[in-house]
Amino acid sequence: MLNRRIFLKSSGLALVGGSLLPNVFVKMANAATTKGSKTLVAIFQRGAVDGLNMIVPYGEQAYYAARPTIAVPRPGATGGAIDLDGFFGLHPSLASLTPYFKNHSAAFVHAVGSPDSTRSHFDAQDFMESGTPGVKSTEDGFLARAVGLKKEAPVSPLRAVALSPAMPRILSGGAGAVAMTNISQFGIRGNANVSGGFESMYAEAVAGTLGGTARESFEAARILKSADPQKIQPENGAIYPNQPLGNSLRQIAQLIKANVGLEVAFADVSGWDTHAGEGGAQGQLANNLRNFSEAIAAFTRDLGSRMGDVVLVTMSEFGRTVRENGNRGTDHGHANVMLILGGGVKGGKVYGKWPGLSSQQLYENRDLAITTDFRDVFAELLTKQLAVPSLKSVFPGYDAAPSKWKGILG
Amino acid sequence: MKPATQLLAGALALALLTGTATSDNRLTDRQRALHALNRLAFGPRPGDVDAVMKDGVDTWIEQQLHPEAIPDRAVEARIANLPTMKLSNAQIVKTYYEPVLMARKKAKAEGKDGDVDKQDVRRELMRDIPFDKRPQNVINELLAQRILRAAESDRQLNEVMVDFWMNHFNVYSGKGIDRFLLTSYERDVIRPHIWGRFEDLLMATAKSPAMLFYLDNARSMAAAENRPQYGRFGRAAMMPPRLQQGGLNENYAREIMELHTLGVDAGYTQKDVTELARVLTGWTITRERDGGEGAAFVFRPMLHDAAAKTVLGVRFAPGGGMEEGEKMIRLLAHQPATAHRIAYKLCQRFVADEPPPALVDRVAKKFLATDGDLRQTVKAVIDSPEFWNPASYRAKVKSPFEYAISAVRAVNAQITDPAPIARALQQIGEPLYGAQPPTGYSDKADVWINTGALMSRLNFALALASNKLPGVHGDIVSLIPASQAADAEHSVEALAQALTGGNLTEETRSTIKSRIVERKAPSEDPWDNTQLPTVAGLILGSPEFQRQ
Repeated sequence: MLNRRIFLKSSGLALVGGSLLPNVFVKMANAATTKGSKTLVAIFQRGAVDGLNMIVPYGEQAYYAARPTIAVPRPGATGGAIDLDGFFGLHPSLASLTPYFKNHSAAFVHAVGSPDSTRSHFDAQDFMESGTPGVKSTEDGFLARAVGLKKEAPVSPLRAVALSPAMPRILSGGAGAVAMTNISQFGIRGNANVSGGFESMYAEAVAGTLGGTARESFEAARILKSADPQKIQPENGAIYPNQPLGNSLRQIAQLIKANVGLEVAFADVSGWDTHAGEGGAQGQLANNLRNFSEAIAAFTRDLGSRMGDVVLVTMSEFGRTVRENGNRGTDHGHANVMLILGGGVKGGKVYGKWPGLSSQQLYENRDLAITTDFRDVFAELLTKQLAVPSLKSVFPGYDAAPSKWKGILG
Repeated sequence: MKPATQLLAGALALALLTGTATSDNRLTDRQRALHALNRLAFGPRPGDVDAVMKDGVDTWIEQQLHPEAIPDRAVEARIANLPTMKLSNAQIVKTYYEPVLMARKKAKAEGKDGDVDKQDVRRELMRDIPFDKRPQNVINELLAQRILRAAESDRQLNEVMVDFWMNHFNVYSGKGIDRFLLTSYERDVIRPHIWGRFEDLLMATAKSPAMLFYLDNARSMAAAENRPQYGRFGRAAMMPPRLQQGGLNENYAREIMELHTLGVDAGYTQKDVTELARVLTGWTITRERDGGEGAAFVFRPMLHDAAAKTVLGVRFAPGGGMEEGEKMIRLLAHQPATAHRIAYKLCQRFVADEPPPALVDRVAKKFLATDGDLRQTVKAVIDSPEFWNPASYRAKVKSPFEYAISAVRAVNAQITDPAPIARALQQIGEPLYGAQPPTGYSDKADVWINTGALMSRLNFALALASNKLPGVHGDIVSLIPASQAADAEHSVEALAQALTGGNLTEETRSTIKSRIVERKAPSEDPWDNTQLPTVAGLILGSPEFQRQ
């Protein structure tokens, strides 16, 4: 199999033998050679991560008062937070992200979230992924709507990919997103006659139309086969943790490097619902955070200069209670924290108005209050990174005006 | 839906709608039988079309509308071998959930859960529990019975309706303890009521622990100052802390109006949602530690909002109880908006993704005229000219469940282990009991046709036809009459006839011929039929077989 990049450089046609490859494939190849294609990678921390222990407000005495056994100590102490700006500190398990914060390619937004008051994982994820907090009848996901608004042709069948066994809510809808867990197994499990047979059956069936799912599928599978991204090894000494998120990000990096036209990638990672035995500098959450940050750090290192075209963003359905509960854990709360990392990020800063942790400052006397709507963060990323032309239908009923943006991307 | 989505779905639907035009404006008897078996059953097994034609399509439909008169002993005997199928919620929780709780407690006492990866702890916990007491048995057996019944039951329309109503009153197995409550939910709440009155079905779901938990009504309670015992304390702050906690949860009150009955545009307000939530406070689930059987419905007057309330113009004076909620549920069940919504969904399921408005109106009228009699309402859809219109014939794309089961039935596969089918459904995008949102799964094609899912359908077809699904065994060769088996052309034709009722397009036929049959070297003649599973895989994956 020819190396995809060589293939792209040498004007394709001669190498694409046989009548099976339709014009679209050639167009796709051309599109991939036009540089400047940008990618947004979204990671969902399902189960509601404790943002207050991720990005620790160590400057608040109230934080330590509320968490006698699970607080992360102040910088300098044993197991202490890594100072970011004299008020916030990183959980020590996030140490591998520190260099990116220091070199201003990583930023955080604190006290951010979905304004709906629900504390149900299930509803809150639904609201966040549909992009319509409080509205359950929304059929599709907001990233799907955003991608669907981008009309420039040709559209890559791999422009929106979820590393997930089923299509996540956030990408479901008419964007033609592809869900897969293993990029090397996406395709027809049969010989060339079988896959070719299916392809010609469906090619006949969709002839004369604008195209359809079948053609997208076969194109996606063929592009994957041709680009052979799974053969692309991690670079720059990057080592991905052999965990779900590490595996997902490793494959997303392969897709980006293979120039398959990836615009939006989505991965999720669970295990954040720390109702009991959460731990502080060490323990359950610390272990999960270590896997989380090492996967992201490996991804960033792996992509190297390509990271200039990539923005990675993390989200979680809601935060956790400020006070620890009777089981040395935390219950469902409200506002949380997001990480934004990548090209064009004006990093080295914790964005967002800090609402404070004293009792009267808390949301419903228990949770970190929301000062930034998550849609304002995504509005900026979608506009600046993906050039989504309008946000009206991406966030229906919500005015994500540029005046509300944080200026996280330059 | 966005226009782009519509366009894409339309394009696909059009593309799939090939070779179906009939010369006159009526379906032939054979087409009628096939249509009935595709829409009112999970597709034909070999010989089914002829059998239905022999007795007459109308006779078969009448039988299917009265499933209680169909013995169905073989499949029921198989289901009887699944231990959890006979257990109550409390028994299931006791047998399959308590060992997990005990193991967790033990791990906690040993200080394991604080400093170890949660998944590792879970794995370790499970090792201490005997295999037949592990919690996944519950959902695995539930999946097994559903798949076995869909594939093998003679009460086919009954299984189609179970699928419809389980979806309408969706409960997600991934939410907390619902994975232990779904067995009883399907068996005791949905199945006994799907041929009765809608009101009874609605009431049964409202009082089911599965729904109460799924949509959070179980934890909804009146604000402290609206509870009956408030007067004893004088003010909320004087109440014991346990009683101060908690408050209203609107989740179920909203969904019962938006999804189960009226529909989102029926004109109710946020105030109605809040007031209905207040009406439904106290509808909750028993806990074993309170004495008696756990995981059952109970009305707790102490948690009920005893103040005055007004919902949809209905006023409730202070001091009421459970009868308030019952009154509202009966009222919701009989609203014209509810009739319209149920009619629309049934017509969408049985007739077309965008059902003709006139048909929906007629079916809604039947619903109202029969006091929400679901048998008569379904019959009104099936008896309609729209159902039998040639435009409806093969016009719907199968859902993943319909697709997988119809393929299994088409090859007459013997299922010794339904698990691979359950896993395939997950890959094709419709894990049973796995719809997270309360809307359930869509009955429209475009939702099902995403790229990865189509690929998964084709791979499922290939795996099934070549017997690569362990525990699901078909015999392709036996589908071909001996008289046709001697040469390739007749074999392929006979297989196409057996699997699709002869509905393959010329494109598909010639593709199979050129790709599979003619690829054999001339020296390999005569035809030795080893290619037949591949041919069957292509037919089951073809655009024609995606449609019903």
